[in-house]
Amino acid sequence: MSTFLQQLVNGLSLGSIYALIALGYTMVYGVLRLINFAHGDVYMLGAFAGYYLSRRLQGSEPSLVSALIVMAGSMLTCAVIGILIERFAYRPVRRASRLTLLITAIGVSLFIENGAQLVFGPDPKFFPSLAPRADFHMGPVRVTSEQLTVIVVSLLLMLALRFFILKTRTGKAMRAVSFSLDAAKLMGISTDGIIAVTFALGSALAAAAGVLIGMQIPKIDPLMGIVYGLKAFVAAVLGGIGNIPGAVLGGLLIGVSEVMVVGYLSSTYRDAIAFGILILVLLLRPQGILGRVQKEKV
Amino acid sequence: MKKLATGAAVVAALWLVNALLTGTLTPATRISPYFLQVLCLAGINIILAVSLNLINGFTGQFSIGHAGFMAIGGYASAYLTVNFGDRMRGVLGFLPEPGQNGVLLLAGIALGALLAGVAGFLVGVPSLRLRGDYLAIVTLGFGEIIRVFILNIDAVGGARGLSGIPKLANFFWIYLFAAISILVVTRIVHSSFGRTLIAIREDEIAAEAMGVDTTRSKVTSFIVSSALAGVAGALFGHYLMYLHTNSFTFLKSIEIIIMIVIGGLGSITGSVIGAVLYIGLTEGLRDFQQYRMVLFSFLLVLLMIVRPQGLLGHREFLSLLPRRWRIGVDAPPASG
Repeated sequence: MSTFLQQLVNGLSLGSIYALIALGYTMVYGVLRLINFAHGDVYMLGAFAGYYLSRRLQGSEPSLVSALIVMAGSMLTCAVIGILIERFAYRPVRRASRLTLLITAIGVSLFIENGAQLVFGPDPKFFPSLAPRADFHMGPVRVTSEQLTVIVVSLLLMLALRFFILKTRTGKAMRAVSFSLDAAKLMGISTDGIIAVTFALGSALAAAAGVLIGMQIPKIDPLMGIVYGLKAFVAAVLGGIGNIPGAVLGGLLIGVSEVMVVGYLSSTYRDAIAFGILILVLLLRPQGILGRVQKEKV
Repeated sequence: MKKLATGAAVVAALWLVNALLTGTLTPATRISPYFLQVLCLAGINIILAVSLNLINGFTGQFSIGHAGFMAIGGYASAYLTVNFGDRMRGVLGFLPEPGQNGVLLLAGIALGALLAGVAGFLVGVPSLRLRGDYLAIVTLGFGEIIRVFILNIDAVGGARGLSGIPKLANFFWIYLFAAISILVVTRIVHSSFGRTLIAIREDEIAAEAMGVDTTRSKVTSFIVSSALAGVAGALFGHYLMYLHTNSFTFLKSIEIIIMIVIGGLGSITGSVIGAVLYIGLTEGLRDFQQYRMVLFSFLLVLLMIVRPQGLLGHREFLSLLPRRWRIGVDAPPASG
């Protein structure tokens, strides 16, 4: 039982990372009906932005303030990158067929991965520790301060996102765009602006996930975004793509099930489990757990 | 009768070219082993590109798990020739050695294509009910699952890879099967079945309303495509004499997609050109290895923005020539 609880904590902390990335997938899919393949790579860029920022700050002691600066800086950098990707790669093909969009997304993803290998070098880098660390014991379960940070920070970010989408004017416009892009445009909403905001938000969340994973598993490399991106996408589909609470639920479920499989079965199946879940979901409930069936109109 | 003669002429021509390139006739025409290998890998890529184009370009179902089926074909055929090769040679003792090699290779290819086709059926039936992006991601998932499972089968080497595969494939066999794949796909596309596939690509709902059994057509096209990928895998293994699951990752599937997108989705000559162009550029830019993929991905995005239909679009190369130079080309399949 204590192993189970321990695995549950580990799974929740991994799942929070997936959930943060999955939010970006689901929001972009909501407004553009596009699988943003490059999203996993934005997460990788977030980790690297955090790495270079924290190296800048290295003179100072690891403290909460410097951790916050690193996190905010990395989120801002990636928000800008997200806007640039949308402006220069996706906007020109937005009216083209969905296949064209998908291939463009794959191209952007390859471009970032290979560009990053060129700029940062292909070797893994080691993330410096940002905050003083400690272990907490709750009965038999050990929770590291990193795990706690991951869970708490992602919870706060998700609450902030929820507030933004439900309570602000821009959030309302975002919901309108995801409901119907053309109708939103007719109502006087600047759809281009809203799509840019969506990319910025999603990318910022992915960057936060990148910094958090850097604190937890310090080894970062230019190809780390592929696997995490794919699993987070699976999480978004599992929860119901386009559905924000669904992405969080899906992320946590994928994280926990992956840790359980590694803990109780074999670690070689680690990367297959997410896809196995995906296939089951699509066969049994293609709209995802919280998604609604969309009728197809001719 | 005429077709038979054409076939025999193609086989003879390939045999001759093979003999010339390897220098068995006269050493004067021998090309460097490196260049020969590039040519052979280009041939394998042609098979992959043409077969993927059947499902992606002509049927309009975006699959990104082609490398998985290639892996199944490669591993199944290599398992056969590595473990039962000697026994089969014993039975075939009456044949000269090249004949034994040929029969062995054909047996391996047949098994590889069969298993890859069966896998295509198993993957296709559930996933082809899905559309667009979902299909893409499910095929990607299946491709990865196939790879992870092979990685865990100790009988084919697992993480060590499978070595000691006899070198049975050469230029002749690879291009023979490239020609066969092109023929198979061309015949399918120009048949009435091919027209149902193109109808599905153009408008699936309308096709269904016209009485096309869309799921059945899609699955059939997927099976043919996977089986041909299995053929490519079998040739790949028996040419390089070594297989590792790292050759069949997600990136390999993406590579094949780049080839057919460059050439034009829905153009057979386009995918041949795309495959040759891709491997030519890859090898040509070997000195700038670290910039290579950056350039490719940049070109891919650029191509999507300025010419999303690829170089040839739905058209075939011959249809671009002046009318009197065209030899025996039917009207190109209806384009959208």
